[in-house]
Amino acid sequence: MNDAIYHEAIKDLAQKAHGSGHLLSPDRCARLDNPLCGDRIDIELRLADDGRIAELAHRTKGCLLCRASASILGLHAPGQSTGAIGGIRAELTAMLVAGGQVPVWQELELFLPVRPHRSRHDCVLLPFRALQMALSRDARPLPPMGG
Amino acid sequence: MTSDPLTLRTEFPLFAAVDGPLHYLDSAATSQIHRSALDATVRHETTARANVLRGNYRLAEAATAAYESAREQVARFLNASSPDEIVFTCGATAALNLVAWSFGERLVSGDAVLISQAEHHSNLVPWQRLRERTGIALKALPLTGEGRIDTDALPRLVGSRCRLIAVTHCSNVTGAITDVPAIVAAARGVGARVLLDGAQQVQHGPVDVQSLGIDFYAFSGHKCFGPTGVGVLWGRAGILADLPPFLYGGGMVGRVDMDVATFAEPPRRFEAGTPPIAQAVGLGAALDWMRGLPWDRIRWDELGLARQLLEGLSRIEGIRIIGPTDLADRQPIVSFHLPRLHPHDICQVLDERGLALRGGHHCAQPLLRAFGVDSATRASIALYNTAEDIEALLAGLDDALRILA
Repeated sequence: MNDAIYHEAIKDLAQKAHGSGHLLSPDRCARLDNPLCGDRIDIELRLADDGRIAELAHRTKGCLLCRASASILGLHAPGQSTGAIGGIRAELTAMLVAGGQVPVWQELELFLPVRPHRSRHDCVLLPFRALQMALSRDARPLPPMGG
Repeated sequence: MTSDPLTLRTEFPLFAAVDGPLHYLDSAATSQIHRSALDATVRHETTARANVLRGNYRLAEAATAAYESAREQVARFLNASSPDEIVFTCGATAALNLVAWSFGERLVSGDAVLISQAEHHSNLVPWQRLRERTGIALKALPLTGEGRIDTDALPRLVGSRCRLIAVTHCSNVTGAITDVPAIVAAARGVGARVLLDGAQQVQHGPVDVQSLGIDFYAFSGHKCFGPTGVGVLWGRAGILADLPPFLYGGGMVGRVDMDVATFAEPPRRFEAGTPPIAQAVGLGAALDWMRGLPWDRIRWDELGLARQLLEGLSRIEGIRIIGPTDLADRQPIVSFHLPRLHPHDICQVLDERGLALRGGHHCAQPLLRAFGVDSATRASIALYNTAEDIEALLAGLDDALRILA
């Protein structure tokens, strides 16, 4: 049942938008568009001395799934290493595409009903892709989000 | 020939094959294939499959005859003066790129191409690339408040170096039909050519390229009840004859030596490699079937459904129609935006109710930005749609509002 995707927990995460906002002087940043729908996410990071994520801020224009996914990053990404984020993303992809286990971040279980809807996988994964992009490059100021 | 949607629906095999209800309202993306097109395609592949314009055995002759017959069917649908003006491509996008490359090769820095803010990306990005390659000026007609191409801006934007006006015949987002006579008059005033992207128009009846007074017309087979993988570029014979090829390879040459090649006359000059043969045959059958339909009555029915939809949508608080809200000079394509609800989420809820709609930017991001939105939900109506489809959509939107709010 498609409506199962839109349970209260997903809507609540999207609405709370954990981590939404700006960082004053980010060490890393990235912008990623979903070419299918024009959704866009900006991610800014401040890194600790050991390279782990110290702070994350995002601005997400997207569907409920995309915003909920970004909100989960806002909750859990701080404190994580680049390798850990890569692992979570790989596990999340496997969960969606190949019926894999739910990653260690419990809220990601909420996306299990998205499994049969391949066109929506990118909505869930867009924030993770943007975060990995930010982790892999130097900070470059992002222009206004625009359309 | 009937115009009754329920009777016409029985001529589209997919509707009988789908389990459960299907309210297909995404024909602007891809229409369903008509039985005549499917039958012709299968018949060709099972009785006359061979390459065309090459072999001289009987099967190859039959394949070539079928392919050239399809060219004649397209010419009749468009009222072209000759089948030689019909170039088969793999789609409307390929046809538009063909013009951007071949016609564009004749342009130099300082020449101008005029498009509009209503264009599908396939009639925008090729011209951006041409500008980068050649230094031409690329200008765009703005939109009116209701999303029509603002032809009042033509005198300001059509200068003496304007070589081509390339605009949509009908917007894939708003459904607005372009004021083609105004475009043609402005182009003729400076000796410019006119290209129409007809991808959305052809689904709603035959087109008369001669009376339109244009120079190029592009469309896709899959949007007019034919197969995917085939499209058409129509060009005036004298203009096509003057253009260089777009793609190079077999089938489009005159003679090839190690250092140089000469090229075939149109249309084959623009059909390098093995063309989409069976798809062209299927398209020809679809267009022949369309030519026999009572389009006055069908148009009345389609716009009646558009009216029903627009009236129903107008009762939803906060909704914004992306395009004209009346029935004048439009096709039955209606896009809308609901505040705080994302089109992907809306379409997901609608799908559960057997409603097939497209949500997103519809490959027309500049148009949507002109309306201040990033995406929209689109219902596109074709001759097989009924009042029940619209009622189901309006009920589904009520559900979406409840579930997603």
